[in-house]
Amino acid sequence: MAKEEQTKQTQTVAATDAKVSLPPSGFRVVWHEIWKDKISRLAFFVIVLIFLLTFGGSLFLSKGQVTQINILQSYAGWGQDGHLLGTDDGGRDILNLLMMGGRNSILIGLSVTAITEVVGLIIGLVSGYYGGFIDSIIMRVVDFVQILPQMPIIIVLTTTIPNYNAFTLVLLIAMFGWTSTSRYYRSFILSQRGRDYVLASKTSGSSDLKIMFREVLPNITSMIIIDVVLTVAGNIGIETALSFIGYGLPTTTPSLGTLIGFANDPVNVINRPWLWLPATVLLLVISLSINYIGRALQRAGDARQREN
Amino acid sequence: MWKTVLRRVLVMIPQLLILSFLVFVLAKMMPGDPFTGQINPNLDPKQIIRLKHELGLYDPVPVQYTRWLVNLFHGDLGQSYIQKVPVTSLIADRAVNTFWLSLLTTVLTYVLAVPMGIIAGRHQDEWQDQGIQIFNYITFAIPGFVFYILGIWLFGFVLGWFPITGSVSASASGFWEVVGSRFYHMVLPALLFSLITTTSIVQYLRTGIVDNKVEDYVRTARSKGVPENVVFDKHILRNSLLPIAAFMGTTITDLLGGSMIIESVFSYPGMGKLFLDSISERDYTTLTALILLFGILTLVGNLLSDIIMSIIDPRIRIQ
Repeated sequence: MAKEEQTKQTQTVAATDAKVSLPPSGFRVVWHEIWKDKISRLAFFVIVLIFLLTFGGSLFLSKGQVTQINILQSYAGWGQDGHLLGTDDGGRDILNLLMMGGRNSILIGLSVTAITEVVGLIIGLVSGYYGGFIDSIIMRVVDFVQILPQMPIIIVLTTTIPNYNAFTLVLLIAMFGWTSTSRYYRSFILSQRGRDYVLASKTSGSSDLKIMFREVLPNITSMIIIDVVLTVAGNIGIETALSFIGYGLPTTTPSLGTLIGFANDPVNVINRPWLWLPATVLLLVISLSINYIGRALQRAGDARQREN
Repeated sequence: MWKTVLRRVLVMIPQLLILSFLVFVLAKMMPGDPFTGQINPNLDPKQIIRLKHELGLYDPVPVQYTRWLVNLFHGDLGQSYIQKVPVTSLIADRAVNTFWLSLLTTVLTYVLAVPMGIIAGRHQDEWQDQGIQIFNYITFAIPGFVFYILGIWLFGFVLGWFPITGSVSASASGFWEVVGSRFYHMVLPALLFSLITTTSIVQYLRTGIVDNKVEDYVRTARSKGVPENVVFDKHILRNSLLPIAAFMGTTITDLLGGSMIIESVFSYPGMGKLFLDSISERDYTTLTALILLFGILTLVGNLLSDIIMSIIDPRIRIQ
């Protein structure tokens, strides 16, 4: 009896100890969540594989060589003339275009996300932490940017901006993307500003900057990771969609969207599936894997928040 | 109630003004002027400059903006550079097509999403729910245009069930035949489009049902001895369905945003296709008018969803 009591006691002590000790870092929690679920583990390996193939493969290619036109070899079929996935109308090797296009599309998705996360995080922190007047001004601006017709404006700007290139495209997409990110962080930080740890830190004289970046920010690392994962997938979607209708990456830069755009011609859909099918499948796999990981993390994050 | 609506409409006015100014700036950034494409090469350059002066193209920007705004209120959006017809009539033709496609898409979206959401919420974590969740995840994850391309390939080419381009078949004659042909051309794009837009409604409805299931009022109803079916249909469902109505407004926004892609894939002659055609023809007056229209419609969509929300949920009315 007494022994049982004791073990119970030690158990509760152990439990409280665990609660007192620092929570595991955001990255470790996230990694654990990915590893726990069989499908997201698979999705993770698929993503790593795609990264290795597209980025690794592109290392051996030069843009000039890949996009060089060779009319004599145009529209070679699967495996013809040493082209594993055939060639397009300009005799360019589809496999090379696929590797380079995949890399470009992923890189653009990552770059846009990097910008929108940094901007969105800072604006969300400031807006949510200060609240009141600053918050309502910022939110008015966010509201306004969100009602702007995003796609038409980006498309018009791609045709009017001088020296348009991949970097400008990243900026154009980011110009609209930061709003939803800052809204996402703001709502969470609003709920944190009244918490004891923030108030305690304020009373002990920490500067606002220190509280925002050293105390509130570490609390949302796993939220940031979830948002990054889902936003990357979304941004890859936006870039490829723009390239698909012909107003994304400049025509000299390969993109998955441009390759899928071959399917706009009914002749290609039936007779030349090698032009568009590999890129479609690759984009499909990329979107499904990244989103699966993002969703799994999101579910885990929601569950943790409900426990608190 | 009316105060809320009025207030919400008043908020829209500055938004509209800023929007119109942005569109004006965008229009000024675009190359070309009303004479582009109309100028006779034999015309004296001095005369062109004189004509431009007469039209006020050298006036200060605020003056030009005010004039543009006044014209706008008179329904004058200028002449299309390329088609040489007033932009308003050009857009009106296409807007009708987009309207019908959007209407069919909206109907299909709700017809598909509401039962899916109800089944998923009712059978939470059972196989029905899991199936719907997987479907939902796929339509959420796949970029729209990839979904459309695969849909066209499967239903248009491999199975050959639906036409793949245009809005009406050239051989259709007589009122009903034309209507039938139009409908037939819209079914596949509308179906694919609506499958993509169901995601948020299904998710929202499911969460609503799952959350309402454990509310106190449901427990009260059950303990009073209300049959389970009645509890679900009359209590839970009614409370979960209401917020879905507010999605009507945001659906407009989604449809406009997606119209460009779907109309481009299906070569459907609507506003999105007109926009893409105008950009490749560098028809800047039409582009400006379309961007303005897209912006205004989005604003109206948001207004609608806020108003619907404040009608059905008095808690969120602004004091």
